[in-house]
Amino acid sequence: MTLLVAHGLRKAFGGVEAVVDVGFAVAPGEVVALIGPNGAGKSTCFNMLNGQLAPDGGTIRLGGENIAGRPPRAIARLGVGRTFQITATFASMRVRENVQAALQSFAGKSYGLWRSADTLYRDEALALLARVGMEDQAERPCGTLAYGDLKRVELAVALAGRPRLLLMDEPTAGMAPVERLALMALTASLARREQIGVLFTEHDMDTVFAHADRILVLDRGRLIAEGSPDAVRNDPTVRRVYLGAGTMYGEQA
Amino acid sequence: MSDLFADILIQFLNGLAGASSLFLVAAGLSLIFGVTRIVNFAHGALFMLGLYLAWSLIDLFGRSTLLGFWGGVLAAALCVGAIGVVIEIVVLRRIYKAPELFQLLATFALVLIIKDAVLFFWGAEELLGPRAPGLRGAVEIFGRRFPEYDLLLIAAGPLVLGLLWLLLHRTRYGIFVRAATQDREMLAALGTDERRLFTSVFFLGAFLAGLGGALQIPREPAQLSLDLAVISDAFVVVVVGGMGSIGGAFLAALLIAQAKALCIALGDVSMFGTVVSFSKLTLVVEFAIMAAVLVLRPWGLLGKPLALARGAGASAAPLDPPGPLFWPASFVVLVLLALAPLGGDRYLLVLMGDIAVFALFAVSLHFLMGPGGLVSFGHAAYFGLGSYAAALVFLRLDLPAEAALLAAPLAGGAAALLFGWFCVRLSGVYLAMLTLAFAQIAWSVVFQWNDATGGSNGLIGLWPAGALKDRTLYFWATLVLCAGGIFFLWRTVHAPFGLALRAARDQPMRAEAVGIDTRRVQWVAFALSGAFAGLAGGLFAFAKGSISPDTLGVARSVDGLAMVLLGGVQTLTGPVLGAAVFTWLQDEIARNTEYWRAILGFAILALVLAFPHGLGGALKRLRGAA
Repeated sequence: MTLLVAHGLRKAFGGVEAVVDVGFAVAPGEVVALIGPNGAGKSTCFNMLNGQLAPDGGTIRLGGENIAGRPPRAIARLGVGRTFQITATFASMRVRENVQAALQSFAGKSYGLWRSADTLYRDEALALLARVGMEDQAERPCGTLAYGDLKRVELAVALAGRPRLLLMDEPTAGMAPVERLALMALTASLARREQIGVLFTEHDMDTVFAHADRILVLDRGRLIAEGSPDAVRNDPTVRRVYLGAGTMYGEQA
Repeated sequence: MSDLFADILIQFLNGLAGASSLFLVAAGLSLIFGVTRIVNFAHGALFMLGLYLAWSLIDLFGRSTLLGFWGGVLAAALCVGAIGVVIEIVVLRRIYKAPELFQLLATFALVLIIKDAVLFFWGAEELLGPRAPGLRGAVEIFGRRFPEYDLLLIAAGPLVLGLLWLLLHRTRYGIFVRAATQDREMLAALGTDERRLFTSVFFLGAFLAGLGGALQIPREPAQLSLDLAVISDAFVVVVVGGMGSIGGAFLAALLIAQAKALCIALGDVSMFGTVVSFSKLTLVVEFAIMAAVLVLRPWGLLGKPLALARGAGASAAPLDPPGPLFWPASFVVLVLLALAPLGGDRYLLVLMGDIAVFALFAVSLHFLMGPGGLVSFGHAAYFGLGSYAAALVFLRLDLPAEAALLAAPLAGGAAALLFGWFCVRLSGVYLAMLTLAFAQIAWSVVFQWNDATGGSNGLIGLWPAGALKDRTLYFWATLVLCAGGIFFLWRTVHAPFGLALRAARDQPMRAEAVGIDTRRVQWVAFALSGAFAGLAGGLFAFAKGSISPDTLGVARSVDGLAMVLLGGVQTLTGPVLGAAVFTWLQDEIARNTEYWRAILGFAILALVLAFPHGLGGALKRLRGAA
């Protein structure tokens, strides 16, 4: 059974059609990449899935339930974890507290006024940090972390809600090549082991082709290709979009 | 019926005349904000200064000649513009990079200084201005007399709007101003001299405020309370119209002035068997318009969402739970404080009670400002409404003080729930202005509602009977309740709610993505903060035995901010220390001089100019240097 099914998604900003009639599906445990040149509509798609934007039309079904147009926090509670293109962590908190805040929120305890937050879900938070290899930095303030480490903290925060689906917007942007492959390898193994569906956007083709089970290609708001890495690699339309009309390489498209 | 029609028409024209002067002030405020990103709290004070200067200059140039009158008006506006230039060069230029809160505080310090300067030069009496030569008469409209001068004022608003439009859209200077409004850094990167641009815009804005004031000279007497009355109106206009939008300011000024005029025209109307006094609803109408606009268009009628400042906001340090010795040590301090008045020193008893009350007030404000990141510029509203609620329950319902003290946090919390619902929809400067506007509205209602609140006289005879009659016992009760409140708020900061509140401050998008309803969390924070501010207000009422509208005045809100900043926003104990030092200092100053406002203003300026990044920032730098 599929986990996420988007159908006929549309979004226009003023006269610009950012996303036109886009549909795709993600299965549990499947790692799907959403790629395309700048301005193709990747982030718009993402923001609709996550609830930050309401689609102008179309449906987004998560396990059969239409979530299109619901606010991000409602979608998060249905089991959709999210990491952001520009890392978003709670900079004034320690690494452990970042994860604890998420755990407490998902457990519905965010309105507790009296009991100390310090010990609430502390072990669970440390366990999540161990899964992303950040347990030895648990007590550092987030504001002092290196960029690659912040990305891993974000992944731990996103995992705190026991997501069925992970949405990762350029999860490895700004990371060194070795770190990139390590983070995506970690994500892919988590996804397969725990049957989490992963949808990610990425500009780095090495990462995409190394880890994606399936690739969706967007161009100017439309889905122009979809398939296995090999199929997409050899798709003439995709080659044209990514490499230009071929004049540079003396090839006819 | 035709009578009513004529009434409404005359009031409509009155509304147009009022809108003109409101527009001049708001346009200047908006212009300055657009370019420099500074919300000039002193804009109302500049308006007031324009009015006083016009009074003196017209007198100097000759009241009865055309040249004397108009020369005086123009000269007054130019003088105010020049004062604006001095303010910009001496004060504001140093704090453009400081946090918004510091800029607001600095301009509020200017309000205090200007007020005392006016008091010094012109005295406390109202001054009635001359009428304009040649425009002393009235024209007859539908059998009603309408002043000729007001017709001229009606024309002045659109005229200034047109001139400003020409300046901004048809001159090279205007291109710079508009470019700076959209992207200041890019303009600087292109090689424009920001300093000259900022100074000139400040001149223009101050000139408009001064002109707005000077033009009012035949219509209203010069008086010392105009500064805050005008600035809260101007804030409402700018928020409704959209920050930085001149056209929006014009539209909003018209809308608000007309709505008020309509209320006055309708007067007392009997509806559904009861008499509704619309003329008393003028403030409520202003509030209702602002609320409606903010819900439908949070950036104002013609405003645009503010572009995010680049590289903004160094993050706060982690707020760790207190160590094992903190609570025992706090308890020892509390016991020592409780023993202090046993020496029988009456003065010490009063001062310590005040410090306890203001410590709770400052901690409740810090709860919003620090962990919440919500700068409330009108926190006195909750304090004051708590005072009045306690006083009214005590006097009108004849309940004992103990019961009345229960009403105080309820009233403060309820007001914070109402105001906070709107406030959490905004952020940054908009939020600060809206909290201030709400506080001013609350103040005006208390000030005007003679029957219930005693108006400007306030309420007296708030002396508890029974156990709390003894002043030492009352002090102990105050100490226990304030310490309890502070203890509760500190616990809450370290509880899951505090974590969620800090999460919403640090990264609202991330917080929503982990299921935190950021607005609701902030709303609850508003209510909690308001409730404890209300409790502090209730305790204050019975400590003093009487209350006046000052209890919820802007000055009290600013006192709270000064306490928090003095102690440091970064720590939890800071606001308590800040409250103690500030309360003691203010008491010392006020006992020694009539011009305590100006001294306080200079002290705030010194604080802001010496530590433009806050005391916390200064400490960090010291540590960095060591």
